[in-house]
Amino acid sequence: MTIIDIKTEITGNIWKIEAKPGDRIDEGEAIMILESMKMEIPVSAPEPGVLHEILFEEGATVTEGTVVARLEA
Amino acid sequence: MRRLLIANRGEIARRVIRSARKLGIETVAIYSEADATLAHVEEADIAVAIGPSPARESYLDMGKVLAAARQTGADAIHPGYGFLSESAEFAGRVVAEGLTWVGPAPETIRAMGDKAQARALAAAAGVPVVPGSGVIGPDSDLDAEAAQVGYPLLVKAVAGGGGIGMRQIDGPDQLGRVVTATQSMAGRAFGDSSVFLERYVPKARHVEIQVFGFGAAGAVHLYERDCSLQRRFQKVIEESPAPLLPPETLERMTAAAVALCRHTAYRGAGTVEFIVDVESFEFFFLEMNTRIQVEHPVTEMVTGFDLVGMQLRFARGDLGPMAQTEIAPSGHSIECRLYAEMPEKNFLPSPGPLTRFQLPAETEGLRIDSAYREGDVVTPYYDPMVAKVIAHGRDRADACDRAVAALQGIAIEGLRSNRDFLIACLSSPGFRRGDIYTGFIDDKRVTLLEPALAEDR
Repeated sequence: MTIIDIKTEITGNIWKIEAKPGDRIDEGEAIMILESMKMEIPVSAPEPGVLHEILFEEGATVTEGTVVARLEA
Repeated sequence: MRRLLIANRGEIARRVIRSARKLGIETVAIYSEADATLAHVEEADIAVAIGPSPARESYLDMGKVLAAARQTGADAIHPGYGFLSESAEFAGRVVAEGLTWVGPAPETIRAMGDKAQARALAAAAGVPVVPGSGVIGPDSDLDAEAAQVGYPLLVKAVAGGGGIGMRQIDGPDQLGRVVTATQSMAGRAFGDSSVFLERYVPKARHVEIQVFGFGAAGAVHLYERDCSLQRRFQKVIEESPAPLLPPETLERMTAAAVALCRHTAYRGAGTVEFIVDVESFEFFFLEMNTRIQVEHPVTEMVTGFDLVGMQLRFARGDLGPMAQTEIAPSGHSIECRLYAEMPEKNFLPSPGPLTRFQLPAETEGLRIDSAYREGDVVTPYYDPMVAKVIAHGRDRADACDRAVAALQGIAIEGLRSNRDFLIACLSSPGFRRGDIYTGFIDDKRVTLLEPALAEDR
């Protein structure tokens, strides 16, 4: 089992968290949705796995490249 | 009008302050937590904090904006663009409070904000609208309906949207089959199998006419802007005159725009947007924007008029009806929107600190309307536009060269911007030829990005 860091592609605010630790996540499935400059951009799982942890709460501001969640793949 | 509240932020707030000051009007800025240190806050005579950073809790909160006006004794409100500028409800509340609303009547804003009503008003004023049929029923004469609409056409589901339930057909032979298939698909997908036909313009330009209405006393136009270069349906480069547009087409477009103003007794600045078929130069009404536009400086550069100043003077009652002959464009103007974004990542936003931000000096043929200064932070809360670079030259090539030179003179660090992408667009052979259309950026993105992608490798 490996733990994968899930990073954001952009700087933005966490608008909605779509999954919780323990959830089974498919490749490409959104874990959370960021809001930035009037756009909604999902943070998706790079491969299938089980969500291990989420490191931020809704409303938090994250910069590009921040680890926001970890996935057991 | 003695004290004007500007219900906006960034570059347009600064722009309105400049014109108000020239007219001896005091200004009130509003700002959210994220914007407390921005230039528009400093430049206004009075500034009021109106709440948290998210727009819905500050700039979009009608109650807070009106409270700021009462608290500061403002007697007029300029909405800028975006935010509450096209809210008929807000305009109505401003008027109900006894304040001057710098914009058209609330009922005009409401009518133009409703797609069906705007289309009906345009048609009634004799403005060409995209040809369309009624709902196709079992008794419809399909071939006659289609011939009237014209090919190529789209079979569209009434309940569809955003491209869903839309099929293109190029000639009569496929018509019956596609209509039946679309009806059945729409029935399954939307629970409503109604479809209609609408003309499709495969390669189109976006050309809009700047108008100024004097209510019952008529209206004038301030010529056109071509805004064909877009990404994600947002404009990137705008210019006037529209390149290669036949003079007789322009004449018919400006006449149509003025007719729509007369028909609605339009008051103040507005823009009538059209799509133009690049092959046939047929044009069709898209919508009317009942506010000042982001790209208004292009028109100001070619006509010499101060559109915001005209809005303020008309609202306070000291701008009488103008004659069309008073307006004569000269030269060519191009505006480039500098966005905090990553063109190589499909234009995803890139907020961040402006650790370095140096702009070239403004000259006779160069104007820069910037929201930010070096040291400011471009936050994720609002749109990604950092500044507008507007060049004016004796002709299109001259304006292009000046815009490129100005962009090359910008130093921007701390976030990613589309500066180099703008330069690539302006320098590309297709753009230089005037071969522009709304799909230009999508079609040529990879070629335009070559230098940036090469650097990444």
